[in-house]
Amino acid sequence: MSFAITAYNTIFKRNSVYVGSVFAAAFAFGIGFDSGVTAFWDSWNRGRQWKDIRHKYVQDEE
Amino acid sequence: MLSRLPSGALKQAASATRLSSPSVVSSSRYASVRFASSRASSSSNAFESLMNSRLTLASATLFTAGTVAWYAHLYGTLPFIGEAHASHLSDEGLHPVAYPWPHNGFFDSFDHASIRRGYQVYREVCAACHSLDRIAWRNLVGVSHTADEARVMAEEVEYQDGPNDDGEMFQRPGKLADYMPAPYPNEEAARAGNAGALPPDLSLIVKARHGGADYIFSLLTGYVDPPAGVEVREGMNYNPYFPGGALSMARVLFDGLVEYDDGTPATTSQMAKDVVTFLNWAAEPEHDERKKTGIKAVILFSTLFVLSVYTKRFKWGPIKNRKIQYNPPADKTGH
Repeated sequence: MSFAITAYNTIFKRNSVYVGSVFAAAFAFGIGFDSGVTAFWDSWNRGRQWKDIRHKYVQDEE
Repeated sequence: MLSRLPSGALKQAASATRLSSPSVVSSSRYASVRFASSRASSSSNAFESLMNSRLTLASATLFTAGTVAWYAHLYGTLPFIGEAHASHLSDEGLHPVAYPWPHNGFFDSFDHASIRRGYQVYREVCAACHSLDRIAWRNLVGVSHTADEARVMAEEVEYQDGPNDDGEMFQRPGKLADYMPAPYPNEEAARAGNAGALPPDLSLIVKARHGGADYIFSLLTGYVDPPAGVEVREGMNYNPYFPGGALSMARVLFDGLVEYDDGTPATTSQMAKDVVTFLNWAAEPEHDERKKTGIKAVILFSTLFVLSVYTKRFKWGPIKNRKIQYNPPADKTGH
């Protein structure tokens, strides 16, 4: 119950804070979800993507 | 089922439902129900005369003939009637085997080392006859070659540009933004150089053929001697996977034809696999990004679906589970 009260007082009480936390949560979730799926994709396709073989062909830059 | 019932049965059934209503059954109503089958004869007479009329016969015939004609117009054949074909199944081409491509699965990206080798095979073998109009040098960057490599390859080709200040067209070395050079200046030249057969552009060939990558791999590796009794015209080559069996392109891939810079043995099937992977990439350059986005979309949408199902059940729970109790109004006349 104390969690509900804390959540109400910190997030839901003021609409400006509520909307702001929605946007912040969406931003954080977007980044986290994206990097999570990318990590899965890269481990699933290890050795097949261009970034895995690029080091064999790229010349030393300067 | 319905047609086997006597014609009065429907009317009888209708009366029977009326009978089951909780009203008091009067004796006259009962009598009408009791003798319904014999009294229904007047309406059944009308039904029978309708069914036996010439107008009904004519319209049913017209409807049938019209349906058959419509079907024949739409599909070109009569329904339910077999046809004799002069063709043979081999004219359709052998169906290709489903090969286990590295990029077959839902989560699998292209094998980019294979794309790089495939580009080498295309450049050294296929590009002698086949164009690749929709792929520019810049498309290779970050897929199979570095920007420097692609720039060097582009500069080896001369492109016509212009006009300059004097109104003259001029030649210049290629840039990353230029598209792959075509082997022939136009279709007529391509036909003239290949005994009348036009080598198709390979940009979208994997999408443009039934069987896709499997078909092209089978075609490239499927050249055999024609079986006994099959005549192949002069200048044509037999391939069971090609519809019709004979095509103008001869077998081009032989073991050791190219030398891969990553040391992969250049067998016929290896080269065919690589070049088909390259052509598959050329037809679907968005392939990797599409699958990655698909994973995200499936996760998000299935989560949202589960949430919506839960919310629906949560909201409807009290409504679905309530019981309505009916208290009849108290009888006030007794007081």
